[in-house]
Amino acid sequence: MTIHDMPKGRTDGAVRFVVNGKTVNLTLDHRVTLLDALREHIGLTGSKKGCDHGQCGACTVMVNGRRINSCLSLAVMHEGDEITTIEGIGTPDALDPMQDAFIRHDGYQCGYCTPGQICSAKAVLEEIRQGIPSHVTADLDHVTFSDAEVRERMSGNLCRCGAYSNMLNAIREVEAGK
Amino acid sequence: MRAFSYERATTPEAAAAAAVATPNAKFIAGGTNLLDLMKLEIEAPTHLVDVNGLGLDTVEPTDDGGLRIGALVRNTDLAADAQVRRDYPLLSRALVAGASGQLRNKATTAGNLLQRTRCPYFYDTNMPCNKRNPGSGCAALTGVSRQLAVIGGSDACIATHPGDMAVAMRALDAVVETVDAEGATRAIPMAEFHRLPGDEPERDTVLNTGEFITAVTLPAPVGGRQIYHKVRDRASYAFALVSVAAIIHPDGTGRVAFGGVAHKPWRVEEAEAEMPNGARAVAARVFADAAPRPDNAFKLPLAERTLALVLAEAKE
Amino acid sequence: MKFDRPAEANASDRLLVLGQPHSRVEGRLKTTGAAPYAYERQDVAEGQLYGYPLGAAISRGRILSMDTEAATAAPGVRAVVTTLDMDPLPKDSHNVNRLFGGADVEHYHQAIAVVVADTFEQARSATNLIKVEYHAEQATLDLSEVTPPETEPAADTGDFDTAFANAPVTLDEIYTTPAQTHAMMEPHASVAEWKDGKLTVWTSSQMIKWWRDALAKTLSLDVEDVRVESPYIGGGFGGKLFLRADAVLAALGSKATGRPVKLALPRPLMTNNTTHRAQTIQRIRLAADNDGKLIALGHDNLSNTPPGGDGEDATSQSLSFYGAPNMRIVNRVAEMKMPESNSMRAPGDAAGLMTLEIAMDEMAERLGMDPVEFRALNDTQVVPSNPKQKFSHRNFVDCLRHGAKEFGWTNPAPASRREGHWLIGQGMAGAYRGSPASTSGARVRLQADGRVIVETDMTDIGTGSYTILAQTAAEMMGLPIEKVEVRLGDSRYPVSSGSGGQFGAASSTAGLYAACVALRAQIAERLQADAATLDFRDGEVHDGTRSVSLASLASDGELVAEDKIEFGEFRSKEYELATFAAHFVETAVNAYTGEVRLRRMLAVCDAGRILNPITARSQVIGGMTMAVGAALMEHLEVDSGRAFFANHDLASYEVPVHLDIPEQTVIFMQQDDPYSTPLKAKGVGELGVCGVAAAVANAVYNATGVRVRDYPITLDRYLDRLPEV
Repeated sequence: MTIHDMPKGRTDGAVRFVVNGKTVNLTLDHRVTLLDALREHIGLTGSKKGCDHGQCGACTVMVNGRRINSCLSLAVMHEGDEITTIEGIGTPDALDPMQDAFIRHDGYQCGYCTPGQICSAKAVLEEIRQGIPSHVTADLDHVTFSDAEVRERMSGNLCRCGAYSNMLNAIREVEAGK
Repeated sequence: MRAFSYERATTPEAAAAAAVATPNAKFIAGGTNLLDLMKLEIEAPTHLVDVNGLGLDTVEPTDDGGLRIGALVRNTDLAADAQVRRDYPLLSRALVAGASGQLRNKATTAGNLLQRTRCPYFYDTNMPCNKRNPGSGCAALTGVSRQLAVIGGSDACIATHPGDMAVAMRALDAVVETVDAEGATRAIPMAEFHRLPGDEPERDTVLNTGEFITAVTLPAPVGGRQIYHKVRDRASYAFALVSVAAIIHPDGTGRVAFGGVAHKPWRVEEAEAEMPNGARAVAARVFADAAPRPDNAFKLPLAERTLALVLAEAKE
Repeated sequence: MKFDRPAEANASDRLLVLGQPHSRVEGRLKTTGAAPYAYERQDVAEGQLYGYPLGAAISRGRILSMDTEAATAAPGVRAVVTTLDMDPLPKDSHNVNRLFGGADVEHYHQAIAVVVADTFEQARSATNLIKVEYHAEQATLDLSEVTPPETEPAADTGDFDTAFANAPVTLDEIYTTPAQTHAMMEPHASVAEWKDGKLTVWTSSQMIKWWRDALAKTLSLDVEDVRVESPYIGGGFGGKLFLRADAVLAALGSKATGRPVKLALPRPLMTNNTTHRAQTIQRIRLAADNDGKLIALGHDNLSNTPPGGDGEDATSQSLSFYGAPNMRIVNRVAEMKMPESNSMRAPGDAAGLMTLEIAMDEMAERLGMDPVEFRALNDTQVVPSNPKQKFSHRNFVDCLRHGAKEFGWTNPAPASRREGHWLIGQGMAGAYRGSPASTSGARVRLQADGRVIVETDMTDIGTGSYTILAQTAAEMMGLPIEKVEVRLGDSRYPVSSGSGGQFGAASSTAGLYAACVALRAQIAERLQADAATLDFRDGEVHDGTRSVSLASLASDGELVAEDKIEFGEFRSKEYELATFAAHFVETAVNAYTGEVRLRRMLAVCDAGRILNPITARSQVIGGMTMAVGAALMEHLEVDSGRAFFANHDLASYEVPVHLDIPEQTVIFMQQDDPYSTPLKAKGVGELGVCGVAAAVANAVYNATGVRVRDYPITLDRYLDRLPEV
């Protein structure tokens, strides 16, 4: 290791953010991702590590109302952010309608990608309402709910058990219920 | 991932100065590619300069009727921007063809330009790769190269630029604006921004150390049918085998840039004179110097056929 | 309980709970992130450290030296254990490649060290400080480079050569399938605690007993001193059948530090470190008379494996699926040092039906027959390679006919339909998958509050085990499903079949049936009644004159019963038990670019009694989805010179995303199979992946008129044969 390989200052730092409505103060190695901060430092293991490289979507959480891959984000870069994880969306005793719909439509099997799918599903409905276009949007100025829109927008969340078409049914039902 | 120190920059100049002051420093914005590479120690900065606090997140008209896109505008916001959707739909379409909703929410305009190749040997630190480790050789030349470049490569490297946004920006004659530690600015046309690998494949772009992208500007809208068609093995969330970014006017003239074929978005302006004569004529000139590998030679007919599709769609 | 004759009417037949569409009983945990997977077992052992593995940088050769000085001195590092620290660890019979120990490198990314540190970040970065010197040897992974070994045919009936030579209509084609990786969403992960000579591993395993035995063997422990727990598994598909390096490295790390250690295999390491489905090269020969009756069927398969393995026997279904008086079935295996090829969902049949069902499509065309009718004509009710053996139940023809009707099958001419820029095609295929069963045990514990607790080391890898076992106990004991608690995946529980080979659901529910019968007998004894006369219903037991609540029976202490089901030879020797399906697919292929977009998929399945139509359907659509990957995109890319799979992450090994999957319809031909288990049920988890890829391939052919015999059917394989543009 040469001098050029040595960090010039501290390699850890303090960060404060809000997770599921609760303020969290942490001092973390700069290398800790938001995902690992949630799982290993805050004990919220609902967000999953499937690939740790932004290739599967299992780690999807909401930051300031938007879904991101928490594995590709450093925790220290989230100063002041509001983070919602699957644990903040609903609990076993108080399910969110999307969670309830996933159960009834069997939108999962092994369950590992499921928290990420549900975070994405909720975000997808919001993104469509906001008029954010997608790859399958025919007219960039008119974004409307459709099966194709859901399929495309959910494509950043892999499910190897292959429950996609059941998830679509669940998402469709939640949308219709609103 | 190696340990690193971290600071939050407050101005672009300060960011550039911080990067110059620390050997082996990197800017971080979205982090969607950099952190991926840092986990594998393909990138190993000792210092990160977080530029997310700099603003630079607006899309504004320019005096000459174009648009200035802040370096930190997220891909989602850029694709959804009303002016972009109206006047530069090619850019919107290219953006939403890339990555996933989650990644686009985080990825920035500047970061997208700087994303590194997806060559499997670049991504595997046990393998020779001149881009990752200059002088170590190129495993792709004797290995798996289905995804890799068919034109503009060298004996040192046949990597491709993996992005979609830059392909559209190339067709739109975008200009990359930068600032350095001394506060000097420069405007780099997209045509010159990404390099060919030559014998320095480790350099993806013409940026100097510490040089910081502040914005990308688009000239005044050129109209026409704007179509981005990306061909990949699965329907979404995958890198392009070939992509076509085309602007086609009612008289059949237009522009076209190709993604997935070279170390940079590939556009040959002289070939665009052939646009009214169809895809074959254009492709023959665009890819005249192609040197495909056996397992990626299909990209040449694919590029031509994809352009043919785009031309057909433009007439509809 | 011995299952040595076909099941008669029994308590499971009421179908008040069994067979009903119950949602997964663990659904609230999974959808809220509350179900704990292996790496998340933070509560099971205090003071967990983090392990991180190092994989070999070469594909074959020897490690000359490992310099661990810098890694050992790195911040937070507690231990560095290298493969040179020990002799090769003993290998369990289920593993083909060694998992750790010694200087020899047999394949790329073989585990050669583990670093244990206070944090994940410290362990990961220190791993990269280990300097390794190798002596590399040339290796190969290219199946086309090997000379196939001579092998006795698995079946050689009639006179194949003469029959084939003299037949009026023949087909003789070569097909290939690529190596595939399981790509389950949860990486291989374990928490291990080695304390006082005892080892506990909280892991992600399909087979608790196999892992327990393998850990004992590999780490030279008494099996009684090893405990394995795996209540939630984030997918397996065969990739978690056998002990893997994550558990071994975590255990060695724990032994070295005296602390519990958790470790997950990094995704980019998984492909070459663990197992994969082998590549195959298959020659299929079909001969028929002019009426379409098969005269001869030849299937010759070659796959690769590390020495001692089985490869991918793509001929397995050909022994049983279609009737032909003259058969020659040959399965050959090329041994080469390489990453381990081993079971992946429906091993053998998945790869074999990918090709056989294209061949059947091609043959139907040569005969000028509808492919549905061609298959129906060649149905058989006896095993063609062993005609003395009858199928216990085989309703393949109904699957075909019902599917054709539901789908609106018209057998369109190839390349005959176009919508704008899209070529539209339809394809179909048959599917076959054996339905084995194996010994499976369970314990049931009636509680004073009237609940029943089920304990078995069975696993739920997404298959629905929790739910169907809860239904089984509820049905047998006359309880609502809410009154049953199912506890799985713990080596302290009775040994079950585990999850694999499509045997889990049928076997484990049968084992639980046996335990419930034992509990019912205990209750009968306590009531001094004849068990056969008791009626268990609504939480009570009735004997015609009196009603007693189950709760009251356990008021003085729980009632516990344990038993296992053992399957007699009649099930496997006298009868062939199998499941069948017909698949129909409609697709669009872009006439310019060759991009494929599926439009709809239909599966009609004949798989015995369906224990839960929701979870069974999910298994089938999941298989169909995986098969879409097999058909259109999945292939481990072989760097033959460097002998490794180059696309070893989830960006470069593409599996289907949501947008790839169209509307999927599944129909079950509900028919009990009393030859299978007391519950008359069979497996369905692998049937769904069988045949589907060929249906997609046949649909692409039908759309384009271009036949592709090499998977995956990516556009580069046929672009030059699409219409001019």
